[in-house]
Parts: sequence; C-alpha cells; structure tokens
Amino acid sequence: MKHEFPKGEIKSISGRSFVIKGDDIDTDRIIPARFLKCVSFSALGEQVFADDRKELKGNHPFDLDQNKGANILIVNDNFGCGSSREHAPQALMRWGIRLIVGESFAEIFFGNCLALGIPCLTAPKTEITKLQKLVDDNPKQIWDFKLKDSTISNQKETLKLNLEEGAYKMLFSGKWDATSQLLAEEERIKNTVKNLPYLNNFKQ
Amino acid sequence: MSSGTLYDKVWNFHRVKELPGGSTQLFVGLHLIHEVTSPQAFSAIHEKNLGVKFPNLTIATVDHIVPTSNQERPFNDPLAEEMLATLEKNCKSHGIKFHGIGSNSQGVVHVMAPELGLTQPGMTVACGDSHTSTHGAFGAIAFGIGTSQVRDVLASQSLAMKKLKVRRIWVDGELQKGVYAKDLILHIIRHLGVKGGVGFAYEFAGPAIEKLSMESRMTICNMAIEGGARCGYINPDETTFQYLKDKECSPKGQEWDKAITWWRSLASDSEAKFDDEIQLDGSLIEPTVTWGITPGQGISIKEKIPNPESLPKNEQQIAKDACKYMNLEPDNPIEGVEIDVCFIGSCTNGRLSDLEEASKIVKGYTVATGIRAFVVPGSQQVAKDAKSKGIDKIFLNAGFEWREPGCSMCLAMNPDKLEGRQISASSSNRNFKGRQGSANGRTLLMSPAMVAAAAINGKVTDVRKLLQK
Repeated sequence: MKHEFPKGEIKSISGRSFVIKGDDIDTDRIIPARFLKCVSFSALGEQVFADDRKELKGNHPFDLDQNKGANILIVNDNFGCGSSREHAPQALMRWGIRLIVGESFAEIFFGNCLALGIPCLTAPKTEITKLQKLVDDNPKQIWDFKLKDSTISNQKETLKLNLEEGAYKMLFSGKWDATSQLLAEEERIKNTVKNLPYLNNFKQ
Repeated sequence: MSSGTLYDKVWNFHRVKELPGGSTQLFVGLHLIHEVTSPQAFSAIHEKNLGVKFPNLTIATVDHIVPTSNQERPFNDPLAEEMLATLEKNCKSHGIKFHGIGSNSQGVVHVMAPELGLTQPGMTVACGDSHTSTHGAFGAIAFGIGTSQVRDVLASQSLAMKKLKVRRIWVDGELQKGVYAKDLILHIIRHLGVKGGVGFAYEFAGPAIEKLSMESRMTICNMAIEGGARCGYINPDETTFQYLKDKECSPKGQEWDKAITWWRSLASDSEAKFDDEIQLDGSLIEPTVTWGITPGQGISIKEKIPNPESLPKNEQQIAKDACKYMNLEPDNPIEGVEIDVCFIGSCTNGRLSDLEEASKIVKGYTVATGIRAFVVPGSQQVAKDAKSKGIDKIFLNAGFEWREPGCSMCLAMNPDKLEGRQISASSSNRNFKGRQGSANGRTLLMSPAMVAAAAINGKVTDVRKLLQK
C-alpha cells in the first residue's frame, strides 16, 4: 500500500470514512510503545492499533475489508491523549488516514497531526453521534470535506465542523510545515537570545 | 486572558515573532532529546540540508530503551542498540552533548536534567516527550513536543506554539503523613479530569505546594499532562534556589546572585490575572490509587471501586470498559486488591526521595510470596546517592530487585514488561491499556511508598498502617 503524504494547501479531502468509538483513546493504543523501537517511521502504518486489532481478531475497523482505502476517521472525545509520540499520527497517516473528525483532541496530538498536514476537526457530541451513525449505516459512501466552510457532507447531509483559526490558516495556505517560516527569522532569534538573561551571564 | 503570571513573563522573554494564524514563534532555551523521538527529526534536517542551530542548547541522554539488568554494549536487543547508536552518531556529528550509557550522568531525561542543574527558572524547556512538563517545577515553561517540532527546534531553536490559558490550582493546608505529591496530583486529575487541562498551563500554588520539596514538585508537574495540561509549573522560591545551588550547570559566584534576582522577579505577581482558578484543601487528601485505565480513574484508599452506573453519564462508558479490562468488581474496596508486580521508578517517582520514602516502609519487612518487586533508580546519580545511603541494601534485603537506571516498566520499551494479565502496583504515570508491555496487562498507579506497602502485603495497602509500626 503506497500513499502520497499530505503536501501544500489542504483545502478538501474526499473519501470513505469509518468510526473508532470511545473516549480518551490514548497514543499507547494508537501505537503501542514496543513499535516505537525504530529509527524511521516507515513501518508504522501496519502497526496502528496493533493490540486492539489483535484482540478483535480481524474485526477491528482497521482490519475490515470495507474500510480498506478509507481516509477519514471519526472518533469521540479526547482522542490521542497521553504521550507526545508523533508515531501515533504517523501510523494513522501511513495507514492512509488524511482527516480526523471527533468531539475533541488532546493538544499535543492535534499539533502533531497539523505538522503532518492532517486536519483534526471537532463537532459537539450529538453531531458526532449522528455522523458516526451515518457512516456506520453506509460505509461505502463518499464524504467530502471542505476546509473553507469546515463541512463534511455525503450527498444528503452536511455537517458543520469546527477548527481553530490558526490551524485553518496554516492548512489553507499550505504553511502547516513550520520549519521554513521559523528559519526565516534569524535576526529576530538573535535579538531574543540577546535579551535572555540566562544566555548572557544574567547581566541586567 | 492571563497577565502577570510566570507563564506570561517567561513567554514574553522567549517570543520571537507572532506568526500568521495566531501562533507564536517561541525560542527554546533548553532542548532535551532522547533516542525515541529524535532519530526521525535528525533524518528530516539531514534531508533538508539543515544544521543544528544552537547545538549547545540541546542536551541528549538515553533512557526509554535501555535494559535495566545489564547495560553492557552492544545491547542484546539489536533495535535498542541501533537507536542508541543512531543518537550517539547524531550527537557526535552535530556537536551535541550526550550523557550516554557508562557516563555518571545518564538517566531518565526528566530526572538527569534537573539533577545537573540544566533546568532553571525562566527557561523554556522542550523535549519530544510529554512528561517534559516535569521541568515546570522550577518555574520554567516546559512542554512535550512531537518529532516534527523536535526537527524545528534542532533547525531553528524555536517552534510555533499557541499561547495557553493559565489555571491556578491553589492547594491549602499540608499533606498528611503517608500522603505524597503523587496522591495530590492523582487527586487533582481525578477531579479536573484527564482532559480538563487541555488548552491550559497549570500553575500549582498555595501553602501545600510551597511546603513540597523540589522532587515532590517535579512529581506534581510531571503529571500535569495526564490531566490534559501540556505544561504545569510552580513559582520559584527558596526551595528552588536551595536545590539549584552548586549544581553542575547552575550559575556560580556573582552570576548566582544575579540569577536569583531574575528568578524571583519571574514568580506570578500577587495581582496576576488567571483565566481560571481552583482551590482545594491538601490536608483532606488521602493515599490515592487508580482502579481504571486512565490516570483520572483514581480513588482514595478508603473508597470503593465506583459502580459505573453511579458516575456522571459521560464517564460511564469508559468506567464500564475499565472495570471489564481491569477485572475489578464495582462496589468493592480498592484496598486489598491482590497484585503481581511492584515497580518503583520512572520520571514521576524515580528520584532519591521517592526511593528513600519507599525504603522506610520496606525496612524490616520482606516482599510477599509470589510478588515480583523491583526498584529502578531514575538516574546514575540517584543510584549512586541511594547506594551511599544504604537504600539499595534495604530493598535487596527485603527481596526487591535493584536495577540500573532507565524508564523500565513505565512504558516497557525495554525488557521490563508485565506478562499476560498481571496486575502491577506502579509508581509510574500511566495506566493505559497495554502500557506496561503486555497487551492485556493491568496497572494501578500510586505513590512509591504505597507500592512498597503493596509489595510487602501482596495487595493494595494503606501505607499509613505500615507507618504506624
């Protein structure tokens, strides 16, 4: 399975969707720690949710045939809590996930996804429950996500989603990969350093 | 919006530029790296032909993957050896100081850095590890980052970050005998929830906090992230300065006096404005133990495992899930739950005072039959200090194993793992499903002294009963 990773402006995403139910799904479950023993992220796609999948013996959403090739994940509350491991969004991305919609996300996970160009959008519990039902009722349908209006829709229903303004602008402009922006500010960085007491022998 | 808090002051000192979209480019004063989250970041800067901008502000050690029984090179596990070798190579080629295996300063990154005096008030501290919040105990703004941000910090010594809101958690009173920092933070997370802190920095303040030692303060800030708060901090005071005095990397001579003046000025002003404030009485807190699969699922030793039906609606599903996974009966006491493994260590509770408190409980007793109990010092320095105080002997005489420093069974990226359905009493920070290395292993979080008590009785025990001996 080879996927093109997100690049540039992320304005729309289309594809099939599936649901991972449950609150407080932590990064240890998304990618158990033993798979962090690696110096590259390349093998992580196959290991996403490894322990949960093993337990469900082929019946986990990430194993179901109907979900092969799907790219939108619908989750619940506080998804991605726990460790800062970027291995978690990397595993999801390398499996094929390009968009996550849920009630809320843990902060570091949200930022790690953004740094990979994977939008994480939220909606109230009632809306997520409705979306999960629609998705479960017809796993084959195609969902269209439009960043501009922050909506996701099949042919009949359109749901409004939320995204904080900063993340929106970064995805819209394609500047979610921060490195080049940060490097552009060499002079300002020098000035900051000059004014930090602990880097200047605490001179007043 | 907060103003006049330590968070605001430190933030302003490190602000490089406001970026389009509402984040700030923030300078990182101390960047800590380890073998798990750095290799891909180095690969990324190599691919982009970038160097490390301020190699003197990045410090490396190795902790997650090191075996704790035999640390001879090469490690038995070729993947672990490869990760260590990669870090060594990256540090060497970029001129980064590496506290490696065999050095007397290697250790769990959040234990060794404070110990060397690297962590100081007023710094921004970043590390590819969520428990970086630990360093906030010194009045630093410290937070975990992902590997893409590790790359950014290596390349530019800065990162893009949104300013957090500040919630002050004011703790009155004083912790009772037998109640430790771990109990306090588990209590706080229980009441504010595992996502209660999302979007916030937590300022821990008040008489009960001021009375805590630096090591206890580190335990508190360490677990801020378990409550969803990316960083937690405590205003620097005499306790902070006493701890830092004469540490290897602390300022010396005239610089020391100037440093203290600056550090004092950083503490939140008496008229500081917080986005939210919470107050609790520390003297009412009892030894606290988790019964479930999130650090928020904790109860006092005197309470019964909650019946999911009795909990607020939004907590019921995960509570049911937890009871099933943990195989614990609702409405039964947590005290007396039998355990298999006892682990004392981790970046939460692997410091000298943690080991010392636990050894006081252990002294004169032996580990219950059938229990595997082991102590993993947080760093080479902790191990050395403990040995010089005879603490290792107390544990060994009682039937504990005494290991080499590392992250060990906190997350089991090394040979230390639970097996099958084993249940542990653990001084670590996460009780997630599968966290300690067995896909269906179970974890009860508690203070190191409570772990020691559990080891002696073979079951969850109120440590205060052993303190009365």
